[in-house]
Amino acid sequence: MQNARDLKEYKGELSGALGNDFLRTAMDNFAMAYRVSRAKAFAGMDVEGLVQEIARGKDQAMAHMDELFEEFKQNAERMGITVHLAKTGQEANEIIGRIAEKAGVKRIVKSKSMTAEETLLNHHLEDLGLDVVETDLGEWIIQLRHEGPTHMVMPAIHLSRYQVADLFSDVTGVKQEGDIQKLVKVARRELRAKYVQADMGISGGNFAIAETGTIALCTNEGNARLVTTLPRVHVALVGLDKLTPTITDALRVIKALPRNATGQAITSYVTWITGPGECQASPDGKKEMHVVFLDNGRRALAKDPVFSQVLRCVRCGACANVCPVYRLVGGHQYGHIYIGAIGLILTYFYHGREKAKNLVQNCINCGACKAVCVGGIDLPRLIKEVHARIQDEEGHPLQSQLLGMVLKNRKMFHTLLRSARAVQKPVTGGTPYLRHLPMIFARGQDFRALPAIAEKAFRDQFESIKPKVSSPKYRVALFSGCVQDFVYPEQAVAAVKILAKHNVSVDYPMDQSCCGLPVQMMGEREASRSVAAQNVAAFDPAGCDYILTLCASCASHLKHGYPDILGPDSKADPKLAKRVQQFADRVIDFSSFVHDVLKVEPGEFRADGKKATYHAPCHLCRGLGVTEAPRELIHTGGLTYLPAEEEDVCCGFGGTYSMKFPELSAELLKKKLANVEKTGAELLLTDCPGCIMQLRGGLEAKGSGMQVQHVAEALAERLK
Amino acid sequence: MSEKARLADLMAEKAGLVSAIVSRVKSLDEAYAYTLDICDKKEACQLLMAGCEAGLSAPADELCDGKPSKLIAAPGLAPDQAAALGALCQARSVHFIIQGLRQHLAGIDIGFTVAEAGIAETGTCVLDSKGEELRLATMICEVHICVVPVSTIRETSFEAEGLLRALCKDAPGYVAFITGASRTADIERVLAIGVHGPLELHILLLED
Repeated sequence: MQNARDLKEYKGELSGALGNDFLRTAMDNFAMAYRVSRAKAFAGMDVEGLVQEIARGKDQAMAHMDELFEEFKQNAERMGITVHLAKTGQEANEIIGRIAEKAGVKRIVKSKSMTAEETLLNHHLEDLGLDVVETDLGEWIIQLRHEGPTHMVMPAIHLSRYQVADLFSDVTGVKQEGDIQKLVKVARRELRAKYVQADMGISGGNFAIAETGTIALCTNEGNARLVTTLPRVHVALVGLDKLTPTITDALRVIKALPRNATGQAITSYVTWITGPGECQASPDGKKEMHVVFLDNGRRALAKDPVFSQVLRCVRCGACANVCPVYRLVGGHQYGHIYIGAIGLILTYFYHGREKAKNLVQNCINCGACKAVCVGGIDLPRLIKEVHARIQDEEGHPLQSQLLGMVLKNRKMFHTLLRSARAVQKPVTGGTPYLRHLPMIFARGQDFRALPAIAEKAFRDQFESIKPKVSSPKYRVALFSGCVQDFVYPEQAVAAVKILAKHNVSVDYPMDQSCCGLPVQMMGEREASRSVAAQNVAAFDPAGCDYILTLCASCASHLKHGYPDILGPDSKADPKLAKRVQQFADRVIDFSSFVHDVLKVEPGEFRADGKKATYHAPCHLCRGLGVTEAPRELIHTGGLTYLPAEEEDVCCGFGGTYSMKFPELSAELLKKKLANVEKTGAELLLTDCPGCIMQLRGGLEAKGSGMQVQHVAEALAERLK
Repeated sequence: MSEKARLADLMAEKAGLVSAIVSRVKSLDEAYAYTLDICDKKEACQLLMAGCEAGLSAPADELCDGKPSKLIAAPGLAPDQAAALGALCQARSVHFIIQGLRQHLAGIDIGFTVAEAGIAETGTCVLDSKGEELRLATMICEVHICVVPVSTIRETSFEAEGLLRALCKDAPGYVAFITGASRTADIERVLAIGVHGPLELHILLLED
């Protein structure tokens, strides 16, 4: 739940969560175990194809939400189900309250429903004097603790067996020990009594199938079966996004949902309820059944060209399972009611700006959620979009406005960088790091040494190192990105050295500037668009074969971000739409270019067998889907590759994220360095100057002797 | 290997992965005998109801007293089949019912059913649970014994789609896909079996 009034309070809560050792261990174990069980569950399947099918099916369904509702309603009413449509959460609660009142209900049992969490249904029913009991074990536990869930599938994942034992001791009046199997049996018995007494059962619904008027439910415990069978009244509260045209569509989602949620091929129970059936608890022997559909913004979302895809969400919780930030702080800090990446977005739409405004800033943009989503939702992009909308509505913070202003004006930006170099001496003490940063910049940054501005920017060196090539094999235009231009020019110099050997002509368009990702990350859409347009204009896509960049973040932003920002659906100048696609099509990262295009061979390098490990930059391995090329280059270059654990988990840099949330960035870095050091390698290689800044800074701060290099540097050093 | 045999093997393998206990039987009579053996051998009918050994609140504890000695329910069986199983039960002094499950909500020992179909790739039993008695028998029993005729086994859920649609369209309908026993991992993600439903699922693959 989000109750923090401002970012400062929110950060305070994050600190508190970081200090919770049980939570940290539980989350770490979960993250590691999930990865393995998910891979096993999907082994041998065409996951990408399945994701595309699900996305297409859901998109088509959501485009016909109103028709599907009518079809469902007609089929359902024919069987005697009463169908309701609630515009808001409050309205849904009132409808259900009235059903209970009319049917003379006193006691209610509920099975798990995120939609009922969304509307805070229990509070409403309890205020009406009704006795409401959650029957999903995790939900019951958090209900007894008066808390919200911390995971969409495992709502009580933040609690230890001892906390549950204490809770159950209170409930039963008998002292309980921390034996999980026994605690589960206690719940079985305590809850069985509740089912027997209940007059009404409330369930959610994973699917509302239009063709048959069926509500389908996936559960492992089997509680939904009892909830929908024993009491004489059954109410299903279902979001309009759960409308599904056919049984086929539902089966397709079921193929993916349990696998992605918990690594199960299928949940223990899938229940298909079509109409009010036999019920001996009812005076007329027949169940009273209602389906309450909740709109709460879903109909508007379905029509939104940017956000309609969030309705593909099947509530599997996987976007939380793989999120490195969720893993650190848990669900109470990483969601309001909906948890994880999807929660960062849905909170804004379902619970409002106030609850979303701090939360939405806490995305490090590593793309792990997008890679795991069975609906193929572009979660990181939509999170940034929500952030931008909130800033447009509430006003932009001074910091991000300033950054936007500076980046939009390349000359001013570069002049600032050059001036910084001129005056940094007292701060660097002659080292390549900023040793004595003024307090205002250094707050929370002592976990890493920050680099100094280089003596000579890459752009100022380029003319002197430009390869002299008469009939080039390839024509490459180089996009350096700010970090390699002004902080680590030696990385780009190394790349040029390799290209020259392979008869590649290199051009460096001087009007290029920052790729714009930092302002995009800060929700400065206008600045982001302006910078992107400047870069596209600076290059002549038709005049080169490739636009090469050594920065994974730049590469993925240029390739996938730009067509979104400047493409036909954007607010940008329509003339740019075609050119930006030409531009994006030519963008390639260093490792892919050298490995796939130049096809370098071991004979070109002096092998020394130095032990090297690798960090896979988020924007390379997930952003661009490049995983093999850099690792093979390590071998080709004559080094010995020692794989590290969790190579593809974020290093905690995240650009401006590490300035805004230094404590979280530091924790992510700590984990990363521990995994890297465990390999026993002397050299850490990666493909992104941003990651290098973070990794090198972290190793320097802890006084480690391990060296960090760009793959390009390691190769160039060994060129024969 | 015949296609039927392949699917039966796959069904057995996949159901085993979710800790269902799978056996093969040649006839329903063999299935009845198996059921009574389980009753005897595992002393299922002698067990305290799950949870009775734990410390409970007074109302939950009262349920412990409401249970008769031994009880098998098989509400979905055809009259002659029910008579056959009933006779076996009587011979072994086991209480046998085909209705009135609401009188036993505290729990019964064994629920016996015959599935409409099996789905091999997930080890799933498809049960038409339209009747409340049958539905309850599969929910409140400690051990669920489900006979799956081999001829009904399909490879994937999509091949069971026609059957599922027909059962849904024959409203009111209540169809259950059952895969393994009732399970939870809600406390510290530790797997625990039998949180609300059966503690054990036995699948009897019937050669037909």
